[in-house]
Amino acid sequence: MATKEPKLNFNAAWELAPAPEDTKHISIKKQYELFINGEFVKPNSKKYFATYNPATEEKIADIAEADDKDVDKAVKAARAAFGKWSRLSGAERGKYIYRIARLMQERAREFAVIETMDGGKPIRESRDIDVPLAANHFFYYAGWADKLEYAFPNRNPKPLGVAGQIIPWNFPLLMAAWKIAPALAAGNTVVLKPAETTSLTALKLAELIRDSGLPAGVVNIVTGAGKTGSAIVNHPDINKIAFTGSTDVGKLIQRSIAGTGKKLTLELGGKAANIIFEDAPLDQAVEGIINGIFFNQGHVCCAGSRLFVQENVADIVIRKLKDRMETLRVGDPMDKNTDIGAINSREQLSKINEYIKIGKNEGAELYQSSCTVPKKGYFCKPTIFLNASQSHRIVQEEIFGPVLAVQTFRTIEEVIEKANNIPYGLSAGVWTDKGSKIFNLTSKLRAGVIWANTYNKFDPTSPFGGYKESGFGREGGLHGLAAYLDL
Amino acid sequence: MAKITSRIEIQKTYKVFIGGQFPRTESGRYYPLNDKKGNVIANICLCSRKDFRNAEVAARGAQGGWAARSAFNRGQILYRIAEMLEGRKEQFVAELIAQGSSTAAARQEVERSIDRMVYYSGWCDKFQQVYSAVNPVASSHFNFSVPEPTGVVAIIADENTSLLGLVTAIAPVIAGGNTCVVLASETRPLCAVTFAEVLNTSDLPAGVVNILTGSSAELHAHFSNHMDVNAVLYYRNDKAEIKAIQENASLNVKRVFIYNKTDVNSEKAQSPYFIMDVQEIKTTWHPVENIGAAKAGY
Repeated sequence: MATKEPKLNFNAAWELAPAPEDTKHISIKKQYELFINGEFVKPNSKKYFATYNPATEEKIADIAEADDKDVDKAVKAARAAFGKWSRLSGAERGKYIYRIARLMQERAREFAVIETMDGGKPIRESRDIDVPLAANHFFYYAGWADKLEYAFPNRNPKPLGVAGQIIPWNFPLLMAAWKIAPALAAGNTVVLKPAETTSLTALKLAELIRDSGLPAGVVNIVTGAGKTGSAIVNHPDINKIAFTGSTDVGKLIQRSIAGTGKKLTLELGGKAANIIFEDAPLDQAVEGIINGIFFNQGHVCCAGSRLFVQENVADIVIRKLKDRMETLRVGDPMDKNTDIGAINSREQLSKINEYIKIGKNEGAELYQSSCTVPKKGYFCKPTIFLNASQSHRIVQEEIFGPVLAVQTFRTIEEVIEKANNIPYGLSAGVWTDKGSKIFNLTSKLRAGVIWANTYNKFDPTSPFGGYKESGFGREGGLHGLAAYLDL
Repeated sequence: MAKITSRIEIQKTYKVFIGGQFPRTESGRYYPLNDKKGNVIANICLCSRKDFRNAEVAARGAQGGWAARSAFNRGQILYRIAEMLEGRKEQFVAELIAQGSSTAAARQEVERSIDRMVYYSGWCDKFQQVYSAVNPVASSHFNFSVPEPTGVVAIIADENTSLLGLVTAIAPVIAGGNTCVVLASETRPLCAVTFAEVLNTSDLPAGVVNILTGSSAELHAHFSNHMDVNAVLYYRNDKAEIKAIQENASLNVKRVFIYNKTDVNSEKAQSPYFIMDVQEIKTTWHPVENIGAAKAGY
């Protein structure tokens, strides 16, 4: 039936000329070392791995691989720096963090271009969202450094010590900011490991931190893959682990630090319900669905990857959704008109394609935008599955790509039950014009962030984090400080 | 041989508390509790994994309803528990003495327990205001963060007290809208069962608190590996048990709090931070219409 509907052809009327962001002003070295104790040092491992541009499959640079000894060196540097740093007055600590925020604002365009080159996200997003939010995050937490006693009534907050921080590849610079800024404001020192496919902006941040004059050893950045991460997790002189990534790895970390007394916060996977009621502003809701699942190629832990549409408006919402999908421009991430960039890596693309196969085999109805994708690079068409059901793997499991599972519902009770009936609980979306219905839903959905009549909004002042298997602890806002303080 | 007296005392059967009822352990097992002289004063239920699972089902069933009660109403019920405790004071004192406490220590433990319950009664409708926030986001949105209960909490209570440790563990958990399954002190279990009778006459809905007796060595694994438990609280000091609980918790990312350094007799054992340990922060966003401005509110 869907095929007989008249289809809008948006490209017939006009064609956008390419509008690529200039990359000439960017400085990227051929080889990057580890940032330990305020300087760049060659890895003890003597090993390097290549980082690629996922949109062109071209190598960008070689990155040092930190082994156990390198991590140990970084932890020792962080430990040595901890005493002085934690005794520094909050006001002075804050000034260093403000400086980092300002430097990042000054170099924002360079960071945005490199983020897009290394990770594949559209320049529009790295320029307008990732980098400004990262700088704002430092700016926000800088101001907390001398006000900690106001945040937790009747407590005298103390830093924890050395924080080991492991971050994912979907928002490389932003996640580094989310981890480093509150840790420093609270008086901790840091060993941070970026994801192996997206080390570059973290290393550029290391350069920036060096330039800022932050005391040596307060922030150490070591690069590598899972083995480097586990060296951090298992290091005996680390007081706190903060991890953002998959639920599977989060569980492994929780297990491996059992009995050690290390503090832990986890920001893990999600499978958010985005719920559209019949009385929602439908055009805006469709924008919310698009933003919910296709923002950052769907590489978002809080992506609205499960769509629930009330039955009586399902036909119209799905028609509007398909039309809107047709207008999405998929391709060169460096083009300022691109909506959906490259999938972060070959591995991730094959995982997404595997799930698309699974969805078809499970009997859900596949629909993809008719756009063409570049021959080179890792790309995936915007994809939705209609008539998905609660037991489908594409409904239960996190895909981390531009793939939406659509279900319909009849009653409020039904959709609450279905939305909550999943191990995850990171985020959810609700669309209705009725205020009382919004509050009914927002109080019953078991998730840490609820977007009502909006989706995928982030702010340094707004706590973010999950319920259930989406992890524990918050990042952002006053509540985000607790993760780095002994109260 | 005991002397024949004019009246035989009725002895109490100490059972467990699950879903508002007082069953014996389904395992049929017991362990004898002796007084100082070695006389058996009670046969205590030696609870099993199945008892824990039954209690968890009761706790899960009660959680939504308990969390949906108004904070004011929860405060009233906690206050009612304190009232009932006060009325049964002499019974608790007698039980504590039977379990080896001095009269003075027994009286102090009961009084502290009552006062602690009143303390948390007052917090029921106040901690939310202290720990909530309206967040000044840069975009045109109204954004606020509030605490919500974590869910079902499994508790292994203090071993060295009979009543105070139990109250210290349970009160902050239920004050915040969670439900729980609690393992009472193995060597001082009498007050736990009597406390359950107090709960049962305090308008506390069935299943909100479930109390088991038995051995932590046997039960800690089940408390921590159950896939429908959201958090585990541990008030004892066995390193191997702590490690096992933290390992098992990773199966479904349970929140674990080890209170082995918390002296339940101390004032420091009561604070709203114990409530907040088993709360989740929920942040809600909604656009604010921006009439006349060029940017959209979405």
